[in-house]
Amino acid sequence: MTIQLPVTTPLIELRHVTKTIGDGVETTLVRDINMKIEPGEFVAITGPSGSGKSSLLYLLGLLDVPTSGEVLMQGRAVPANSETERARLRLKLLGFVFQFHFLLTEFSALTNVTLPMRALGELSDRAMKDRALHLLQSLGLQSHAHKLPGQLSGGQRQRVAIARALANEPQIILADEPTGNLDSASSEQVLGVLRQLVDETKRSVVMVTHDMALAARADRHVRIVDGRLVDETT
Amino acid sequence: MNLVLDIALTHVRSRLRQTFVGLMGVAMGVGFSVMMAALMEGSQRDFVNQLVDALPHITMSDERREPPRQPAEDVYQVVAYSGLSTMATRPGIKNPYAIIASLDSWLDGAVAPSVQARAVIRYASRDTAANVTGIDPKREAAVSKLPEQLRQGTLKDLHRASNAIILGDRLAEKIGARVGNTIAVVSGTGRVLSCTVVALVHSGISQSDETQAFTLIKTAQILAGQTGIVNAMRIRVAGIMDARQIAERIEAQSGYKSVSWQEANEDLISALEIRNFIMYTVVGAILLVASFGTYNIISTITHEKTRDIAILKSLGFTERTVRSIFLLEALIIGLAGTVLGWLLGYALCSALGTIEFKSPFMDATRLPMYYSPTHYLLAGLVALAASAIAGYLPARKAASVHPVEIIRGAS
Repeated sequence: MTIQLPVTTPLIELRHVTKTIGDGVETTLVRDINMKIEPGEFVAITGPSGSGKSSLLYLLGLLDVPTSGEVLMQGRAVPANSETERARLRLKLLGFVFQFHFLLTEFSALTNVTLPMRALGELSDRAMKDRALHLLQSLGLQSHAHKLPGQLSGGQRQRVAIARALANEPQIILADEPTGNLDSASSEQVLGVLRQLVDETKRSVVMVTHDMALAARADRHVRIVDGRLVDETT
Repeated sequence: MNLVLDIALTHVRSRLRQTFVGLMGVAMGVGFSVMMAALMEGSQRDFVNQLVDALPHITMSDERREPPRQPAEDVYQVVAYSGLSTMATRPGIKNPYAIIASLDSWLDGAVAPSVQARAVIRYASRDTAANVTGIDPKREAAVSKLPEQLRQGTLKDLHRASNAIILGDRLAEKIGARVGNTIAVVSGTGRVLSCTVVALVHSGISQSDETQAFTLIKTAQILAGQTGIVNAMRIRVAGIMDARQIAERIEAQSGYKSVSWQEANEDLISALEIRNFIMYTVVGAILLVASFGTYNIISTITHEKTRDIAILKSLGFTERTVRSIFLLEALIIGLAGTVLGWLLGYALCSALGTIEFKSPFMDATRLPMYYSPTHYLLAGLVALAASAIAGYLPARKAASVHPVEIIRGAS
């Protein structure tokens, strides 16, 4: 008797993806990358400075388009020539956390969190506000909801950025050095939130870091050197 | 609130001082163009009312534009004639009452016969030249504003005394005559008539008030030295702007020279057109400068918000949405500036309307301002269109920001 194991479709798949920039002198940022991000896994991407970690993350997050190769989202090829379609997929399926918080400084924490929901326009105002407050509360920021980013600490801002990334309940969180500007206590707090996301909500997290200790806490660790994947450990 | 509007308003509010400067630029543009338009149209209407509407719109005289056709032309191929005159050999319009009856049948307006004669008025050893116009009081009221311009007496008073005369008030003042006085009117041929002043007229145009006198047609005919003569027709039309075409038709029909108010004041109209052109150019320049201000503000905001644009795009905002945000910011500045400009324009018009304007040739008067919603609407539309164009270029640039380049630079 044979047991049929369920076959899952990767959330994101890169097939022979290469990214080159520059008109006269060309620089290859990532070279012939094949990679899959499965549902519910925490992937860390590490590598030396300029190795192409962030470029790989931007390709995974549809912020950039490959020079050659193919990006598939939930098994479907993402059209490289349609910025509108890529924007729609980013809004619906992806959430970003960057090294710098990138909050809109004139808006309160609450408004910043509701921005992606308002752009998607699927919920009522009441439901958007409730969800944003719930997210801020779950990240320990309930008392800071109406504060401007300038009135928050670095760790608090980064947690607001995580709340915003989660606003549309995306399948994948893409984090680019999310603890790069934080002290160790805040870093631990942010990493704990990301880990919790994977464990409790079965979402996927792809985190770029150069901190090997942080990378060790991921489910899968991918190393990139000179734009090539050189090592993968689980 | 709509997301795009919310972000646009926040951006505009965050650059309050700069926004205010841009807004004032648009407001100045709109305000001054409203004021210019009100002044321009006001003065034009005033001109029409004062100089044109007070007089007959068309004057037919006993002259012809071309010399009469010579019998030799029917027989020989004539190259040229010399010494021919457009003036009639026998002065006066032939069959004037037949012409009046014919005009009455199709003309939307009124026709009155008149007799023009030059004379010298003498009173208390003072002489002054005058243009005497013989009128039919019943018909005259329909072709000019003479009855309304009378200061003392009425048109009917012309029938009250034999050889009754109405004098321009300045003329009467010059010779020291009053209503009831008897003055001597000397014609060009030396005929002297004793006339009784029965009324004074004040048109507001000093040149006219210093030289004009009115009598009954028969009195003027005596002065002209020809009984039964009618040497001019005074015509008023319902549509003042159609006067030129109607004059051409009358001339074609009667053969007599018919001059519309436009033809009589051609140099003035051409001056008005040049003035309009200059004014519209100035107004356009003001609005253009204002739109540069808007462009500058939106460009600055776009430049300052490049990081925000990148993050909005990374979140999933489309290029169109980003473009809309900055275009809306330009329109917010344009709209707020327009409303402020309307208030400014109204205030300027009100202030200018109180200034007294004195001319040696006319009565003291206030600057003529014409209030029309069209001026406000036009200035507002031009300002909004200029703001939209000024905002579009930086908005398009903002929408084309590549988020990766900005995020890399910031991290």
